[in-house]
Amino acid sequence: MQMPAPDSTVLTRKARIVERLLSVLPADAVIHDPAETRAYECDALTAYRCPPLAAVLPATTEEVAAVLRICHEEGVPVVPRGAGTSLAGGALPTADSVILGVARMNAVLETDYDNRVIRVQTGRTNLSVTGAVEENDFFYAPDPSSQLACAIAGNIAMNSGGAHCLKYGVTTNNLLGVTMVQMDGTVVEIGGAHLDSGGLDLLGLICGSEGQLGVVTEATLRILRKPEGARPVLMGFDSNEVAGACVSDIIKAGLLPVAIEFMDRPCIRATEDFAKAGYPDCEALLIVEVEGSEAEIDEQLGLILQIARRHDPVELREAKDADEAARIWLGRKSAFGAMGNINDYMCLDGTIPVSELPYVLRRIGELSGEYGLEVANVFHAGDGNMHPLILFDANAPGQLEKCEALGAEILKLCVEVGGCLTGEHGVGIEKRDLMVDQYAPDDLEAQMAVKDVFDDKWLLNPAKVFPLAASEARRMSALAAE
Amino acid sequence: MAIETMNKPGLAPETEAQLAEAVRDAKGPLCLQGGGTRGVTCDGDVLDTRGLSGITLYEPGALTLAAQAGTPLDEIEAALRAEGQRLPFEPMDPRGLLGTSGAPTIGGVVAGNVSGPRRLQAGACRDYMLGVRFVDGMGTVIKNGGRVMKNVTGYDLVKLMTGSWGSLGALSEVSLKVLPRPEAAACLLVDGLDVAQAVQLMAEAMGSPYEITGAAHDPESAAGQPVTMLRIEGFAQSVAYRASALQAMFGLHEVRVESDPEAVADTWRRVRDVDKLHGRDGDVWRISCKPSDAPELALRLQAEAQLFDWAGGLIWALLPAGTDARERLGAYDGYATQVRGTGDLPMFQPQPAAIAALSRGLKQRFDPRGILNPGILV
Repeated sequence: MQMPAPDSTVLTRKARIVERLLSVLPADAVIHDPAETRAYECDALTAYRCPPLAAVLPATTEEVAAVLRICHEEGVPVVPRGAGTSLAGGALPTADSVILGVARMNAVLETDYDNRVIRVQTGRTNLSVTGAVEENDFFYAPDPSSQLACAIAGNIAMNSGGAHCLKYGVTTNNLLGVTMVQMDGTVVEIGGAHLDSGGLDLLGLICGSEGQLGVVTEATLRILRKPEGARPVLMGFDSNEVAGACVSDIIKAGLLPVAIEFMDRPCIRATEDFAKAGYPDCEALLIVEVEGSEAEIDEQLGLILQIARRHDPVELREAKDADEAARIWLGRKSAFGAMGNINDYMCLDGTIPVSELPYVLRRIGELSGEYGLEVANVFHAGDGNMHPLILFDANAPGQLEKCEALGAEILKLCVEVGGCLTGEHGVGIEKRDLMVDQYAPDDLEAQMAVKDVFDDKWLLNPAKVFPLAASEARRMSALAAE
Repeated sequence: MAIETMNKPGLAPETEAQLAEAVRDAKGPLCLQGGGTRGVTCDGDVLDTRGLSGITLYEPGALTLAAQAGTPLDEIEAALRAEGQRLPFEPMDPRGLLGTSGAPTIGGVVAGNVSGPRRLQAGACRDYMLGVRFVDGMGTVIKNGGRVMKNVTGYDLVKLMTGSWGSLGALSEVSLKVLPRPEAAACLLVDGLDVAQAVQLMAEAMGSPYEITGAAHDPESAAGQPVTMLRIEGFAQSVAYRASALQAMFGLHEVRVESDPEAVADTWRRVRDVDKLHGRDGDVWRISCKPSDAPELALRLQAEAQLFDWAGGLIWALLPAGTDARERLGAYDGYATQVRGTGDLPMFQPQPAAIAALSRGLKQRFDPRGILNPGILV
């Protein structure tokens, strides 16, 4: 993965830049000792590392604005960082960049049950937003699997999803307002506790812009009353096609489960060895969860089981109590851990039209054979968001490159059948160079034009989202203007 | 208007390529128009998009539909109904309120981010938008998003285009997520509440686990007294269960339950289309606010008639012609749109300086000649 050469004039001005940052932040909020900046050299995409010039940990919107104003004046790239859990390298520094971490900004600013909103600083973790309202039986719906650690800032940057977004939507559907600091230090308020925008939908534009348009410091989020209950059912099938057809039939029947999770045989076997959840030995497994009162759950599960029976399941297991429900989820929830136990793995995130599921799984199987690397599939089937896990050995020479090449093939396959490169993890650096497979030059040009408006010097979160070749002219002219 | 555009075939494109050509060749401002039902006009040659018509993809099992921008909304709703599905955001039909005729198009719905009572629970048009194809102000065809439900590949220009009222580009095709049409629906009605009591009751209902998909208050119903309305939808048994749970929850009030499908549908169609303000003299304003602010804002507005939707978060107000609702409202969390009116007040709420600068910057990039629906939104 190529990154742009660091701006040597920034590197030589490090002392002056650090001094200026120290003039607006407390001493312990500016990290510049090379031994300490190492802590920020990567996010959860650990294959790529580069210590930043410095890292700052502002505590208020005003401090963020002061930092950005200085970096704007000095022409220093800024990499915003939530909790550093990006799987796409969304917070990977460059050597000439300042990491702007929001970790110290984690307060709940206002909880408003009458209007069903919560306002938080964006360094707060996803799960702790729910934590702040659950004593009143409310919750924040988007639930990425890193929710214990990941920050709202990163959720907004990547427009994160989760297992339950089939019913509740992703971050952008649950975000009502933000306080955002632009690269030149201008603070803007967008949206609020009211619905929809009075002008252009800048809120929708900012959500998912991977920290390249501004630094979001505060967010107004929609909170919802918890359902009365939830219960999963597990189904095993003897082919991926049949499981895929079952998913489609459930949706067509007018049912809207909160989650439909799919695991294929390699994944079932690995998790079974690891977690011993008692999953059936079969080709494909679905976990379908519905919500409501006991009677409502019974009614929905009754219909779902009726549909499943038409597809000759090898196993149907309905949870009778919380214990059995937990056992059904056990394997799915430990799938990634199980893979990590066997091997290094790379987790992909393409989305496909649900109808293409059987074909795509078959092709992935073939590609897996061609590359000689095992692929296990676990994903959100209701919305077609796949998470193929490619197993490889990072210590074996050439395996990482081979794994990346297979990953690229699979993502291109997703695009080919009418899907996309990334459903919820974001482009980051990981899928940056594949953007040309999804978008024509004019399509990318339109997106880059948006960045020009918000960040004319192209300083925010450099080298992410757009292929370097596509953004080169802009980056060079910004540099020349310095 | 229709006759005029028929005389200028270049401005009634039938393909995306023709649409691009019409924009590229334009010598002056263009007024983008679908069915022409939403009362938004500007100076310039009418660019009629109705020739770009037809559903291009519909997969009920994937909850996905794509259509050319000029496709009549009726055609889309009929196709969905045949499969037991619907557009969840319940777009309003503006003809009664605005006194317009013609057939609303899906492009018009998307350009205006038009959403109805269910927006409160299910989300707005923008929340169901999966992809767009559009022609920018230079005549370049651009696509963004796609046809899948989860997509974070690059910037979300789909949201930017939705609700941009044609100021950044002319839509050629849109794709949407659709949802199943529920088996049953019921409406709970409470009479006699004042606005503050109604907003409180609606807040409590929204804070319950019973999935309210509509919460509105009419301070002066046809029967002459205030009525507060709550809608629940789903499988029949579930609707019945939730209706009785809500009745128990609001035991202090007398709660009537309407479960005749026709009557429920009609009640919410009248809320959606703001029937009570049809044909009345004066200007119509639409105010999006924090629901709990609605009683105070209603006092400030002193409207001649009003309707509260979205649990109070949406106020429809009838004011004497020429009245500036924004002046009456003062400062609050939200914005006011003049939906129908006379005089020279801007239809859309002027934005704070920093936001206006960003909006102008986007307009400059997407439509450097400033020819697309000039002066309407940006």
